[in-house]
Amino acid sequence: MMKIRQKADVVICGLGWAGSIMAEELTRAGLNVIAIERGAWRDTSTDFPPAIDPDELRWHTRREMLQPMSVETTTFRNNTGQNAAPVRNWSAYQFGWNVGGAGTHWAGMSWRFTPWDFEVYTRTVERYGKERAKGMQLQDWGVTYAEMEPFYDRFERIAGTSGYAGNIKGEKRKGGNVFEGPRSRDYPTPALKDTHWMSKYRQTVEKMGYNPFTVPAGNLSQAYVNPLGVSMGPCTYCGFCDFHGCGNFSKSSPQACILPTLMRRPNFTVLTETEVLQVVKHDDGQTAKGVKFITKEGEVGFQPADVVCITAYQMDNVRLMLLSGIGQPYDPATGKGTTGRNYNYQTCSSVSGFFAGEKMNPFIGGGALAVQIDDFNGDNFDHSDVDFIGGAGIMGFSTNGRPIQNMNGLRPGTKRWGTEWKKGYARDYQEAGTIFCQGTSMPSQGSYLDLDPTYKDRHGQPLLRVTFDWNRNDQKMARYVTDKAVKIMKEVGGTDISVDNQAESSWNPYKQHSSHTIGGAVMGKDPSTSALNTHLQSWDVKNVFVVGASAFPNNGGYNPTLTVGALAVKAARAIAEQYVKNPGKLVGA
Amino acid sequence: MSAKELKGFPRDTALTQDSLPQGIRPGGAQVITDETDRKTLAAVFDRLIPADEYGPSATQAGCLEFLDNQLAGDYGDGKVLYLDKPLHPKNEEAIMKAPQFLATPRERYATGVKALEAYAQKTDGKAFADLSAERIDEILTGLEAGKIDLGGDVDGQAFFELMLQNAREGYLADPLYGGNKGMAGWKMIGFPGARYDYRPYIDRRGEDLGLIPVSLIPED
Ligand SMILES: Cc1cc2nc3c(=O)[nH]c(=O)nc-3n(C[C@H](O)[C@H](O)[C@H](O)COP(=O)(O)OP(=O)(O)OC[C@H]3O[C@@H](n4cnc5c(N)ncnc54)[C@H](O)[C@@H]3O)c2cc1C
Ligand code: SF4
Repeated sequence: MMKIRQKADVVICGLGWAGSIMAEELTRAGLNVIAIERGAWRDTSTDFPPAIDPDELRWHTRREMLQPMSVETTTFRNNTGQNAAPVRNWSAYQFGWNVGGAGTHWAGMSWRFTPWDFEVYTRTVERYGKERAKGMQLQDWGVTYAEMEPFYDRFERIAGTSGYAGNIKGEKRKGGNVFEGPRSRDYPTPALKDTHWMSKYRQTVEKMGYNPFTVPAGNLSQAYVNPLGVSMGPCTYCGFCDFHGCGNFSKSSPQACILPTLMRRPNFTVLTETEVLQVVKHDDGQTAKGVKFITKEGEVGFQPADVVCITAYQMDNVRLMLLSGIGQPYDPATGKGTTGRNYNYQTCSSVSGFFAGEKMNPFIGGGALAVQIDDFNGDNFDHSDVDFIGGAGIMGFSTNGRPIQNMNGLRPGTKRWGTEWKKGYARDYQEAGTIFCQGTSMPSQGSYLDLDPTYKDRHGQPLLRVTFDWNRNDQKMARYVTDKAVKIMKEVGGTDISVDNQAESSWNPYKQHSSHTIGGAVMGKDPSTSALNTHLQSWDVKNVFVVGASAFPNNGGYNPTLTVGALAVKAARAIAEQYVKNPGKLVGA
Repeated sequence: MSAKELKGFPRDTALTQDSLPQGIRPGGAQVITDETDRKTLAAVFDRLIPADEYGPSATQAGCLEFLDNQLAGDYGDGKVLYLDKPLHPKNEEAIMKAPQFLATPRERYATGVKALEAYAQKTDGKAFADLSAERIDEILTGLEAGKIDLGGDVDGQAFFELMLQNAREGYLADPLYGGNKGMAGWKMIGFPGARYDYRPYIDRRGEDLGLIPVSLIPED
């Protein structure tokens, strides 16, 4: 017999960043919320205090905090002509696997997207003509940056983001990112400090006439108490940040910023080590009645709820929709259907150089510690003379000097073993500097998500199948910005320069450095091209809200999480302020 | 631990055995117990990381103990890997641009080491461990380039990559796991180890900070 739990106002599937933020908003509004999280409880003092956190093998190499592929993986192919193969080992897909989700072990780069990113179709056509949008599946988000601003602001206050604003209410400020959209106020905590490599990078790009700024970070520059009353400490630049937890309560994460308050609210409950199998619809198919789940012990249960929020990370959001029959699956041949549509990635490249005789002290680092220029990001430069849209942030970063991770980062041509490797590593560990280009990525008709016909997860449910390859716009963009990065590296004085432009060969998950996959359940104003309306409500099953990077129709040249968090605040407020009073479609169509 | 319903902030969050890293198990080899296998692997490891002016060799630094310990645990078990069938080797390799396996790391070592020994016996008429350093380097170079066929189910190039990865992990991971004895790997490159606070140093520009490395376990 299936165990049926007491009905909740809202059930949240997956308690990462998106789920925690929604739970915070909804419980504060007085709703009774149950979160179901398939990972275990994770706590700073238990799981990553400074006494056990600086352990590269455990956390980075073996990735002990990430969801294993044996629990669930994806299958992958470049195009529909191929038979997808399962991703068997660690790869670009890095899923969260505990209360707090991937927000526990993320790096903390805390970006807002540019105003252009949200209106990529309209603005591209306006500025460069219809021809330029061809070959891509461009569409606006249905919200503008200006509408998103208060929600971004809310996330930053909760997260304690460090940075220096470059645009407050239209007033540009040198030293900040002068290309960013107007902000209502400055960051809650000041910018982080530069390492030696960052200061070299900053001085050079400044001389070249660009506009360097410190990357906004979820690594806090000083002690801070957030609006939920939670205290955070200053980052110590420990360098065991991404893939690791933070033992100092300095990295923005659900653990550090939200859960201490959320857990103490009587109207909040979390079921840990319990996996949502499916959202179950009423017979009319118009609404969901709750979710079916399975516990670690294999007991299947049902959680009834008035509202279902799917916050299981981009990939699993789409998978849960497909498993539950929410929306029409996308068909790449006809372009019809919306669940799985506009799956997309991020176009990255890196450029390394060496500085003979210098001591970079690369072990001094933070997950988001970097200096960036946005002069070639988004639509910040005139694209009239080039044949692509979009761009990339170009950063000099100091995220870590972890010895296993960097052991192949030697001057090109150095052998990877023997005395030559030892000699090379002894010399190059200190002398390397890297520039990273994190680029936009535009959707195309052939890239999408659906359920795999062959491979199953541990519960016998089909895996998600990814069909993706770079499109020509992404390739051209990457070439252009990578060239800029090489010029900068030469100007800083780096020698033995090597370039890794990921878009130069066909995409494959084992070769990528970015876990920023997006799309598949995108938001918009038109139900024929979007799975969700602008409040992230399913067009088809009206009490289902799907929150995550799955909602992005295109990817900005930035990490996604601030935008995920801002969308979570937006969706939660729409539920609390509108939907519960008048349950129905929040946006007409 | 069972699936849990949590209401209120959990109070029982003290460090338990579960939270702690699984360091080296005492009592000698658990997986690589065969004498010939040990010698073969030691011979490979000490050419991948030889003793020289930059530091001790892989086996001197404990990398074989490290490997054995890793193979005895979750890593050796392939606990995180997706190992469901079917495996279509050609198709998977074409799509993923790397060979895919259903065998766990422990199983891959078991077959790989025997294949290396058989190869030496066949081509040189003696044990792999008795080959000269030059000859071992030649074989390793051939494996790395995918030019040596170890026969059977063993993908020589992939096995080389696995050994190289693990040998260097052992040399550079925290000594807690049995390798990197005396923090030799960290000293080689100037990594200060399990330190957690660089605020006093971040403003210093391009200097040798002379930091003595520390590990998660005290030396004695
Ligand atoms: C190493 C790393 C570094 C990163 N660095 C950055 C960065 O610098 N900046 C940035 O912006 N982003 C970064 N990211 C991305 C960032 O972590 C994600 O964007 C963010 O965590 C997404 O939040 P989410 O709530 O959508 O998903 P998650 O945080 O992944 O939360 C989803 C939760 O749902 C749970 N779940 C999934 N399926 C089910 C199910 N069926 N039933 C129950 N529970 C389920 C998962 O266990 C997980 O806890 C990084 C990611 C990684 C892996
Ligand atoms: S770098 Fe800073 S924020 Fe990151 S884990 Fe270390 S102390 Fe925490």
